[in-house]
Amino acid sequence: MGKRVGMEVSIAVSYAVGLARAEAIAAYPITPQTHIVEHLSSMVANGELEAEFINVESEHSAISACIGTSAAGARTFTATSSQGLALMHEILFIASAMRFPIVMAVANRALSGPLSIWNDHGDIMAARDIGWIQIFVENGQEAFDHTVMAFKIAEHSQVLLPTIINMDGFILTHVVEALELVDQEMVDRFLPSYHPRHYLDPKTPVTMGAFAMPEIYTEVKMKHQVTLMNAYDKITEIWQEWGKLTGRDYQPVERYKTQGAKILLLTMGCLSEVAEIAVDELRAQGVPVGLLKLRLWRPFPLAALREAVAGAKILIVCDRALSLGSATAPVLAEVRSAFYSLAKRPQILGYVVGLGGRDVSPEAFKEIVAQAQTEAKEGSSEEFHLFGVRG
Amino acid sequence: MDKFDVASSQKYDVYASRLLPREEYFTSGHRSCQGCGEALAVRWVCKAIGKEAVIAHATGCMEIVSSGFPQTAWLHPWIHVAFENTAAVASGVEAGFKILARKGKISGHPPKVVAMGGDGGTSDIGLQALSGALERGHNFTYICWDNEAYMNTGIQRSSSTPFGAMTTTTPPGKQSFGQPTWKKNMMAIAVAHGIPYVATASPSYLFDLYFKVKKAIETPGPAYIHVLSVCPTGWRSATDLSVRLGRLAVETAVFPLYEVVDGRYHLTIDVPKVRPVTDYLKPQGRFRHLREPEIKFIQQQVLARYELLLKKCEAPYPEFPPLHPAEEGE
Repeated sequence: MGKRVGMEVSIAVSYAVGLARAEAIAAYPITPQTHIVEHLSSMVANGELEAEFINVESEHSAISACIGTSAAGARTFTATSSQGLALMHEILFIASAMRFPIVMAVANRALSGPLSIWNDHGDIMAARDIGWIQIFVENGQEAFDHTVMAFKIAEHSQVLLPTIINMDGFILTHVVEALELVDQEMVDRFLPSYHPRHYLDPKTPVTMGAFAMPEIYTEVKMKHQVTLMNAYDKITEIWQEWGKLTGRDYQPVERYKTQGAKILLLTMGCLSEVAEIAVDELRAQGVPVGLLKLRLWRPFPLAALREAVAGAKILIVCDRALSLGSATAPVLAEVRSAFYSLAKRPQILGYVVGLGGRDVSPEAFKEIVAQAQTEAKEGSSEEFHLFGVRG
Repeated sequence: MDKFDVASSQKYDVYASRLLPREEYFTSGHRSCQGCGEALAVRWVCKAIGKEAVIAHATGCMEIVSSGFPQTAWLHPWIHVAFENTAAVASGVEAGFKILARKGKISGHPPKVVAMGGDGGTSDIGLQALSGALERGHNFTYICWDNEAYMNTGIQRSSSTPFGAMTTTTPPGKQSFGQPTWKKNMMAIAVAHGIPYVATASPSYLFDLYFKVKKAIETPGPAYIHVLSVCPTGWRSATDLSVRLGRLAVETAVFPLYEVVDGRYHLTIDVPKVRPVTDYLKPQGRFRHLREPEIKFIQQQVLARYELLLKKCEAPYPEFPPLHPAEEGE
């Protein structure tokens, strides 16, 4: 077991990138991702990490330079947030279609406008279809562990897909937590040096990024979809391997006090730890409530979610983002469609919480559970609720 | 470096073709239009950069005509990502090779890195990425294929379209004589970054082009080459006139051939007697609508700008002081 230390989560992420021996980092400063790249810069400057740090002039160039370093054959990392992720948007699809195993930390933050530097999941929900593996973490330990594991997942020869680790901006990235670190030797054994099969090499020249006519485009997209869905098995295998080494097990859908639960909350990221408190208190009052944490967002863990929900009467999906103009919310829509074809399914209710840094307390979850119970009995004229909204 | 000196190369013009590489890296079978000046330039640039090189290419004409899956015209390792980010991609490739060489994961010298893009991808949408890559000092060469409009999407104006030219988005009409603005000076922008090598070139002057590219890729740090690429489709010119038009662009001083080495300008192709711009404008349908006042303005501007360029070539001081002072004993 590694030693336990107090560390800011952003620094823990940088430390994990260092342990993974990332060889190239291209990043642009944006709050609240900055501490991650600042710390990586100083690791490179001090010779603690043998890597090229490219101080690009925008996030668009950050992800573009990452494609370049990855195409040259270097293990590549970047980090961004909100507007930065939005500015990368065009290139994110290309990075995954060209199968570059870039790892990116996203410090989740609301999208403008109005400008808000505070946390919600609007940034990543606007990028949910980019063809990357997307993982959510809820605390510092998870942020650390999943950053190391992401490289192994992304670089797996049957995966070769870029991977995002979502961590809530400020409320996770900027807090100091007690973490159990692992040593370099263990990481080196877990994650061998990166040697890609295809890279830009004059000895064996390849053309990367050829364009596709209509007779081939659909097949390329199908291949991408199949690979991303099949990555599920590799992801869980790699998580299990890490679990054996560290004793920390991770599941695509985590369960908390779900046994005998008739009501299930479903959360992502930091909300999960707060929801746990609410579940504890409600359970003590005899309310049969449990919690599901959606860790793996892409590929969507359909079977694991269906299995985890089995037996529940009410499933309350807590989104931390809106899908403007949609009849529902991003995660709610996905979860509802996951159960549509099943004969036996719970009532699936939706609550959007915590936009643009609005605090979500355990009391809020308790109120949501109470409201949902009433709604389940009496019905509602609304497809989802924007919880706590005024006016 | 001396052996690629342009002045001495001109002495060999008569027989030097035998000395130039016979290897082809940009192969036949691509889909460029008849008379494409750009394809000719690409072919010779690829010979000049040699085998040990990697190319990052922007979206545009050249990408589209050369890389339709499953075919490719490129025998170099080649990567296309998007339209505006080629310089950023190339900067990543360069940095990637650098760290892998440092870690001993690639042996010998890392390959040369060359980025290529059209005038839209360079002077408009890709300008920021280019500026960033030049400013960061990556060891790479950026080559702009300037056919003076968005030819791939159907001849829309760019900031590199010459004054008065007809394009599909600057059509002449009752209220318009075509492109209302003067061509953006990409050379001055590149020079302003204080990079060691900047040049204009043209496939109509193959040896000049060839040796400039050689020089650029051998120069440590960023280099920028701006290649005028005659486009019969967009310029509405006869396909057998492409090489001739490239020469006329130089002979009329519309597109002088020069280089800026460590901030010092000098002409590489002398034009003893500058021809009137009409010699260059007349064979091109895109200027056919121009009337006397516009042609007069173009003539006056071309000569004034050429004069200023000659003054820069005579300047006793460079545009910027050397970033790395000469070592002792030099």
